[in-house]
Amino acid sequence: MADLIHPKNGCCSGGDCSNSTEEDSRPQPLFVDIPSNEVCCGSAPGPQSSPYEKPGYKLLPFVEGFIDTPVGPVPKVKTHLERTDFLGTIIARLGIGRDQHKIAPGLYGVGNPGHDSPVLVTANYKLSFDALRREMASLDAWILVIDTRGINVWCAAGKALFSTGEVVRCIDHYMLKNVVRHNQLILPQLAANGVSAHQLKKESGFRVLWGPVRAKDIQHFIDRKSNVDKSMRRVTFSLGERIVLIPVELSHLPKPTMWLLPAIFLLSGVGTNFFSLNDAFYRGLMLLTAYAAGILAGAVAAPALLPWIPVRAFALKGMLTGIATGFVVAAIYYSRLIWAEALALLLVTMAISSYLAMNFTGSTPFTSPSGVEKEMRKAIPLQVAVALIALVVWVGAAFK
Amino acid sequence: MENFRYLPDVTTLQLDIEACVGCGMCESVCPHTVFQLRGKKAEIEDLNGCMECGACALNCPTSAIRVTPGVGCASYIIQTWIKGKRGGSCSEVKCC
Repeated sequence: MADLIHPKNGCCSGGDCSNSTEEDSRPQPLFVDIPSNEVCCGSAPGPQSSPYEKPGYKLLPFVEGFIDTPVGPVPKVKTHLERTDFLGTIIARLGIGRDQHKIAPGLYGVGNPGHDSPVLVTANYKLSFDALRREMASLDAWILVIDTRGINVWCAAGKALFSTGEVVRCIDHYMLKNVVRHNQLILPQLAANGVSAHQLKKESGFRVLWGPVRAKDIQHFIDRKSNVDKSMRRVTFSLGERIVLIPVELSHLPKPTMWLLPAIFLLSGVGTNFFSLNDAFYRGLMLLTAYAAGILAGAVAAPALLPWIPVRAFALKGMLTGIATGFVVAAIYYSRLIWAEALALLLVTMAISSYLAMNFTGSTPFTSPSGVEKEMRKAIPLQVAVALIALVVWVGAAFK
Repeated sequence: MENFRYLPDVTTLQLDIEACVGCGMCESVCPHTVFQLRGKKAEIEDLNGCMECGACALNCPTSAIRVTPGVGCASYIIQTWIKGKRGGSCSEVKCC
């Protein structure tokens, strides 16, 4: 850490290691090092406890110091991400404990902010916070993190959690007016479906500047005095942006799969001998393959290939990837199947894929609820019908 | 987003030109650049680009914009079908 203050005397026993009492607006160090040249046994001891450590609290790794303000010490956060941050991101992206991947709401700072520094407002989802602070390396600014229950900016705004009321509450609760002497807040543009700028002005006196959609443009936004290019106001949905969503799509599936697995093997065992364990296993594996292929086609291929599948309705996109994948499944087992069984496997893959692709609408930044409802009213009855026909054909084929 | 087009002619978005004061807020908040300010009035430039997020209507100081906002999410809509509008919860189905 670059800004550590070393104590004047060497040892921590007896020496006054408490924090300097002089009024200093510079960020205060978290830890105080002791010299390591007087080691008697074992390795050198670590630094002494920080004056900011409190019983029952934990200093987080992304905090590099504290800024003294009229409302008390405000954590100064790092503007680069570290291994623990990346690890947390990967775990959240896998859908593990995602709703707990959040930070405490409140005021934070980057650089050396003062009472004229800009205030940026964001959600308390850790990924949102990380995305913002990593783009603020050359800024002196405040970050007001509001309580969106660990949900990202856009979704929280859609759920009325990133709302006018919540921003007003945080302005008061964290006493922002005692920290800055201007009345401007930079809000992410994607909070606009939850926050009403004119209402916020009325209720708090703060004027909203709508920042860019993406945190990576924030430096540009502040440098250009709030002028943004049109491209910064538009959402994108690139291949990379789609791929990172796939693990979360898949993480929803274990639970329904647990219910389907017994059904898959039981149905596959039914036949002329009433029930055959041998059929349950071998035919069950084939049906399971079709199910897995449906997942691959609907929750992986359809999102990845989204703009290149030449139909608009997501259920149709999934149907097309499902047919393609279903043919592969049928081809793999062709030598062991009669045509009706091959058809059943193809239909299963298609129905599963179509349903899952339709569910991906919730993860995209461009589907309207009116449109989703319209396609669902047509698609769901068809998906159910196709799945039922497939199962009837599959079971019926065993009575050949 | 030009290559990401969803179903056309479904959006509930409406702009009342009479009530528009030309502040340009809708143009700023729309994530799909649906609006364009021409002179002292906003115009709907790309109606079918609308995803009904509701940002424009919420931020229009004269309530000149109407849209039924919502989440374009199949799992959410299934929940509202089963449990009614109030029963639907995005956090339960983890749609986004």
